Amino acid sequence: MKSAVIVFPGSNCDRDAQTALTEVMGTPPAMVWHKDGNLPDDVDLVVVPGGFSYGDYLRCGAMAANSPVIEGLRRHADRGGYVLGVCNGFQVLTETQLLPGALLRNAGLDFVCRPQALRIESSNSAFTSAYGDRKEITIPIAHHDGNFVADEDTLDRLEGEGRVAFRYSGNPNGSARDIAGIVSENGRVLGMMPHPERAIGGHEGGADGRGMFESLLSAI
Amino acid sequence: MTDTSDLANRIVSAMQAEQSQTDAAGHGINAEEWDRLVTRLGRCPNLVELGIYSVMWSEHCSYKSSRRHLSKFPTKNARVIQGPGENAGVIDIGDGQAAIFKMESHNHPSYIEPYQGAATGVGGILRDVFTMGARPIALVNALRFGDPSHPKTRSLVAGVVAGIGGYGNCVGVPTVAGETQFDEGYNGNILVNAMAVGLADQDKIFYARGATPGNQIFYVGSKTGRDGIHGATMASAEFSEGDEEKRPTVQVGDPFTEKLLIEACLELMATDAIQAIQDMGAAGLTSSSVEMADKGGIGIEMDLDKVPQRETGMTAYEIMLSESQERMLMVLKPGKEDLAKAIFEKYDLDAEVIGMTTDTGHMVLKQFGEVVCDIPVAPLAEDAPNYDRPWVEPKARAPLDLSKYPEPEDYGEVLLKLMSSPDMASKRWIWEQYDRHVMGDTVDSSQSMGDAAIVRIHGTNKALAICSDCNPHYVAADPFEGGKAVVAEAYRNLSSVGATPIAITDNLNFGNPEKPATMGYIVKAIEGMAEACRTLDFPVVSGNVSLYNETDGKAIPPTPVVGGVGLIEDVSKVATLKGAQPGDVLILIGETRGHLGASLYAREWLGLKGEELGPPPPVDLATEVKNAAFVHKLIEDGLVNAVHDVSDGGIACAAADMALTSGIGVFLHGDQILSKGEDPALYSEVWHLFAEDCGRFVVSVSDAETVLDAAEASDVFVACVGNVEVGAEAKITFWNDGDEELLALPVDTLREAHEGWLPRYMKGEN
Repeated sequence: MKSAVIVFPGSNCDRDAQTALTEVMGTPPAMVWHKDGNLPDDVDLVVVPGGFSYGDYLRCGAMAANSPVIEGLRRHADRGGYVLGVCNGFQVLTETQLLPGALLRNAGLDFVCRPQALRIESSNSAFTSAYGDRKEITIPIAHHDGNFVADEDTLDRLEGEGRVAFRYSGNPNGSARDIAGIVSENGRVLGMMPHPERAIGGHEGGADGRGMFESLLSAI
Repeated sequence: MTDTSDLANRIVSAMQAEQSQTDAAGHGINAEEWDRLVTRLGRCPNLVELGIYSVMWSEHCSYKSSRRHLSKFPTKNARVIQGPGENAGVIDIGDGQAAIFKMESHNHPSYIEPYQGAATGVGGILRDVFTMGARPIALVNALRFGDPSHPKTRSLVAGVVAGIGGYGNCVGVPTVAGETQFDEGYNGNILVNAMAVGLADQDKIFYARGATPGNQIFYVGSKTGRDGIHGATMASAEFSEGDEEKRPTVQVGDPFTEKLLIEACLELMATDAIQAIQDMGAAGLTSSSVEMADKGGIGIEMDLDKVPQRETGMTAYEIMLSESQERMLMVLKPGKEDLAKAIFEKYDLDAEVIGMTTDTGHMVLKQFGEVVCDIPVAPLAEDAPNYDRPWVEPKARAPLDLSKYPEPEDYGEVLLKLMSSPDMASKRWIWEQYDRHVMGDTVDSSQSMGDAAIVRIHGTNKALAICSDCNPHYVAADPFEGGKAVVAEAYRNLSSVGATPIAITDNLNFGNPEKPATMGYIVKAIEGMAEACRTLDFPVVSGNVSLYNETDGKAIPPTPVVGGVGLIEDVSKVATLKGAQPGDVLILIGETRGHLGASLYAREWLGLKGEELGPPPPVDLATEVKNAAFVHKLIEDGLVNAVHDVSDGGIACAAADMALTSGIGVFLHGDQILSKGEDPALYSEVWHLFAEDCGRFVVSVSDAETVLDAAEASDVFVACVGNVEVGAEAKITFWNDGDEELLALPVDTLREAHEGWLPRYMKGEN
């Protein structure tokens, strides 16, 4: 199981992802600076971390989506590799159109950081199998632009294809149909606003994020 | 088109123009300081030189009104590596690591432009910490706003909170703790104090000192613009085309660049390339270069044309006085230029060699090939004025005579009012806008309403406890005892999570020191704090003084804020407000004598103000040490489920906090609280519930017997004051010693009032 974490200028959850991957999966990920272009060969999982890539001075994730490393990310996704985009990483994935939709400013307009209850919508995915029968987990959120939007057709398709991975219990940001995370058509690219890497135990974030990394470990 | 050579000539001649005493007065230099300046220089200064003197001798840079009093603070203990005088204080936390921290104010800018003022306050304090080689791991803020009913308060709260969040969230350092208070005394002058804590290896700490002659001076970070320049406005309009509007004096922050600067500096610091480093904070390039030269005992020569500039036509005066943010100055070791440049290029940051260190002891600045400044460095720092401002001892207040006021008819109403008062109401609306969890090591933050935040030391089983404290009502009532109380509360807060308190940083916010009455508060508060620091072995390792916080001649309440840092050796042995269990016994640690002077009850319920509030509770420092050590031991031995210190609002509010956080009901009873020898006739339910005697804690324990025995063995005064209820509807109840139910308040009602005040206020609903 080989993983990599992309580091953009302004990424700030790259170390959190590194810690979570190392701790839960047993092997440290390769940390890939965005200018370096290529991802390591044979990498199984690429994490696009949270933060404020390029300061979010344009649309969140828009500049990162045009960074040299994105070409490698596309190739990785095209050949069926796993991708996890968290928070700003989710925004990057929608900007690159590896995932549909967009993330707008929170409906309440303020940045919001709180423990967030999430409903697991499909328990048999590569990202959620380890949760077993659990239907609800609590994972911290911390974002200003997490309001997921897509046109009705897209939303219907996501629902119909079982691609809504998580929904908020108590919508914190106005997201359409309470959507907190979605997966790609092949189920291998997950984008989500909550931070599973901040919930691996021993801290205020709790331990409910571990299951995601454990699921990936058994899927790959 | 302007003729550039003509522009250069005009700038140089303006820079070199000899200045008079009148010009100096316009720069805030008084007659006595002018004489000192001319004597030392042997001539009149030119414009650039005058600008440099004016900022170096300003209150902000020279501490000229407070310096002689600040020297009363103890600054050393067994763990202090670096006390005041560098960018931040450094303490030894074992295993070759150090915690580096400081608090600083950004009061005036935040009042003028709340978002950018608060944001750049965060940026500045982060730079103080990573300049020394530390990775910032936590941010804390202490905010004071005017009365909620004042027309500006709401927008100031919104702007300051958004600014702090906007900067800290983007930079990726968790904001883990803070305090927010409201008082009409801050109507025209809010306080925004920010603290940063960083983590470094002891063998990789960087200082402003240590530069030797003959090395390159490296400028790194954002370009220099005209922002933040104050003092004389200077005739810059003469040199520019078109309309040259006056730039705002509030700086604009760029947290994205700061994040890159942190990563680049830490990457360079991991190599052996830097000899000395200083961030460009207040007075920008001037103070950073002077401090490095002065501390190294060397001279400095800089070519200002090499300074990366945001706009054309900037003068030497502007370049030297600009307070553009996110800039650093460093002296490199020989042959390290390429290495440094490669690292900064990776992060797309400007990095230029702008000069050399020399052995002349002079600061020489060139612009357009001409010398525009040539002054000896030492007098700038060492000859700075050091005033012994006249002061008068503040008048002692008469004790608060509670018998003048009726006892409340409904104690539930009192508790509800206190817990939903602006100072006590939940600040969730604020801290939910701060990323508290980035970096993955936040064990406990504002989220649990605890006494101190707990941040794990990455990759270890240890943690730091961090808090910020000040009760300005106590300081206003008696600066000496109030000053002691500020330090003692920080000590207590760190102890109540299981930490060993180590050291503090302070941020002394006061009014105009030229007024003897205000100066009296400064002197006595410092002396009180110093006494507490000495007895508690809790020295000051860094700090900041913010004076002239006045509007229309009226000073703010005296507000010496303290940021405390403690060490937790085993993060599995901590306590918080969470965790009280049904069936637990609530034990009060420490004696209650019924002090209600300057208390929350007197302010909020009785509605008293100023003199009539009476004096604050006295602080018995020896008891503070004893009781804190006892609580620490209980936590270490795993005997407590939850701990809270008793401060504003007494036992009732402490128990209410615990009930809210743990989601439990609490039964309080009115007996067994009197110390031996106290006159039972003095007892009242009001003081039982709401007195604010210092040195007290409430702990929630399963095994009361063991705790009571331990207290007896340690000669610590304890009393059982209640129980955690077992049952469906969580309530807070109080029965007096005649078994009369005086209070019965559902926790849900309390929660609604406590949580509801600030969101409603921000929506304009109350």
